[in-house]
Amino acid sequence: MEDAFGLSSEFVGLRNFTDVLEDPEYVSTVLFTLFFSVMVTLFSLSLALLLAVQVNEVLTGAGVYKTFLMWAYAIAPPAAGLVGSLLFSPLMGDLYNGINALGFDFNHTRDGSDAIFVVVLISVWKQLSINFIFFLSGLQGIPASVQEAARIDCPGSIKRFWTVTFPLLAPTTFFLLVINTTYAFFETFGVIDLTTRGGPAGSTTTLVYKIYQDGFLGADLGGSAAQSVILMLFVICLTIIQFRYVDKKVHY
Amino acid sequence: MNIRKLIVFAGLSVSSFAASIAQGATELTLWHAMGGRNGEVVEILVDRFNQSQDEYRLTAVNKGGYEDTMTAGIAAFRARKAPHIIQVFDAGAATVINAKGAVYPVQDLLEDNGIAFDSNDYIPGVRHFYADSAGKMIGMPFNSSTPLLYFNKEALAKAGVTPPKTWEEFEQAAPKLKAAGYLALAQSHSPWIFSENFHSRHNLPMATGNNGYDSTDVKILYNNDALKMHWGKVKEWMDDGYYGYYGRAWGDNQDAFTKGQVAMWLGSSGSFGNLQKTADFEFGTTYLPYWSSLIEEPKSTFIGGAALFSFTGHDADEYKGIAEFYKFLTQAETQLLWHKETGYVAITNDAYSLAKESGYYQEAPDAEVGMLQLSLAGGEWTKGYRLGYYVQIRESLYKNYEKILSGQTSVDDAFNSIERESNKLLSRFNDTYN
Repeated sequence: MEDAFGLSSEFVGLRNFTDVLEDPEYVSTVLFTLFFSVMVTLFSLSLALLLAVQVNEVLTGAGVYKTFLMWAYAIAPPAAGLVGSLLFSPLMGDLYNGINALGFDFNHTRDGSDAIFVVVLISVWKQLSINFIFFLSGLQGIPASVQEAARIDCPGSIKRFWTVTFPLLAPTTFFLLVINTTYAFFETFGVIDLTTRGGPAGSTTTLVYKIYQDGFLGADLGGSAAQSVILMLFVICLTIIQFRYVDKKVHY
Repeated sequence: MNIRKLIVFAGLSVSSFAASIAQGATELTLWHAMGGRNGEVVEILVDRFNQSQDEYRLTAVNKGGYEDTMTAGIAAFRARKAPHIIQVFDAGAATVINAKGAVYPVQDLLEDNGIAFDSNDYIPGVRHFYADSAGKMIGMPFNSSTPLLYFNKEALAKAGVTPPKTWEEFEQAAPKLKAAGYLALAQSHSPWIFSENFHSRHNLPMATGNNGYDSTDVKILYNNDALKMHWGKVKEWMDDGYYGYYGRAWGDNQDAFTKGQVAMWLGSSGSFGNLQKTADFEFGTTYLPYWSSLIEEPKSTFIGGAALFSFTGHDADEYKGIAEFYKFLTQAETQLLWHKETGYVAITNDAYSLAKESGYYQEAPDAEVGMLQLSLAGGEWTKGYRLGYYVQIRESLYKNYEKILSGQTSVDDAFNSIERESNKLLSRFNDTYN
């Protein structure tokens, strides 16, 4: 344990770690982070894939579609967060008013699940473009001869997609899975900081955001450093799992 | 301005800057967290100080919010590149003051440089918060504010109510305001207004060990019936449509008031300047309401805002410059300018007298409300608090209050968890700093 000014420090063994792990709040932060990562990865991958497949079959005006779908790639997470916070402002947000006009009792400043919806939505929107670009290039990399053979053997377009196209896209999908998980864990910080600040009641606090709150706002260096180590181990394990189990299913 | 004038002007300003460098003026830096209009006023003060003498050149740098400023200052101190003066907010004071040998107490700094210091020159409300338990001033109170009730005069007239002095009166007025189409109340900082100053106003202790001034080995006392009763009421008001909560951001709740959704808003006396710019209706200010069931004679609030601290490790002539700046800052004229332009209180008795003599309060009576509230009779528990990791404790307060408002937990459970989390943080702080 060290005071923030580095004037005195004391060796306390694993106390920083036990303090963190015994904290019920920390456990709920871990659970939220996992849930959040799964949601963001799942939705941004599936939506991007859907869009890429659709665009790939468009013949007229494909360039326009592509440009618009890639546009959001240039947006930094904090900018996305700012746009989101304005759209969902309880005083003047168009989306906020729109959802309430549809008859939902929506208030992300009070209701945890509404807040989670907001941060997931913005994070997915921000990540959609990059996934779209990769999927589209993956689709265009499938040889025309394979496509034609599949078309003859399998007339149903949906079945054809799942039996031929999707397996051929597997390397791209796996790469994006790893990238998106990392994105959800780390880069969504900007989105969360500008929309919910981890609230209400800690319901949108990810592991990274908690490290920032404790260390950078609260000057508790020992606790914050312990959390960083835990987070690092966490991500290492996750990546190992992905490479060991998912990678086996991918044909290059 | 034509081109020739511009060239002459540019030449002059460059040469005057060069002259100040050539004379070897000592460079000083001030890191602060004042944004918007308040940040502009800091620049004005710094310019005036630089023009008033030529031995020192002070540069003010905005480092973002209060927490960011403190973190940047601590990091700079560790890297031996600390600013000469840094603004540290109320909740961070314990972190800075308890780091042994980090801070050069302002009273010593002034006296070592031949400038007399007497804490009786300062108004009562600011004497204790940034002092040690013996009364020695450690940080120079800078932007001292206190929570006030702002009310929309049109809205209150429409509903036919007067600004409430007590919460009991508020409960009478709220349904009428609702009938007139307003949410009765919002507020911008529940830890500060509905916890810390709630205790000061009702003269209740916040923590053991003399609110933390005497020791770091302390326990929180928030889990008490008075505060629990208050939060139970806040939840009821919200359910009845008398209380609006717009999330944790200060500005979102203030905007609800300036946009006319909310008739009354609890904010800071330091919000006055910004409100004058943004509100397009007549508004007034009055004291923070109290429960007449809890106290007959409500006590003063204590200051919020922040103070200026100087770290150890600079040169003697730099400290002399810092002392000169503090001297300039506490002059009545400087304080009056600061008070008028920002709404933060004037911290010295002289400045307060000057403000009264100048007729400022005749033209803007609302500007005096904060001063008057800080000058109310104090009690045993109105000095303030000095609690470690208080930034995280506020986080815990916010979190649990949000749970009360959303109906996730009962008031009792929320306060049990506030108590548990706060005491854990306080014990970590005690072990870290001792």
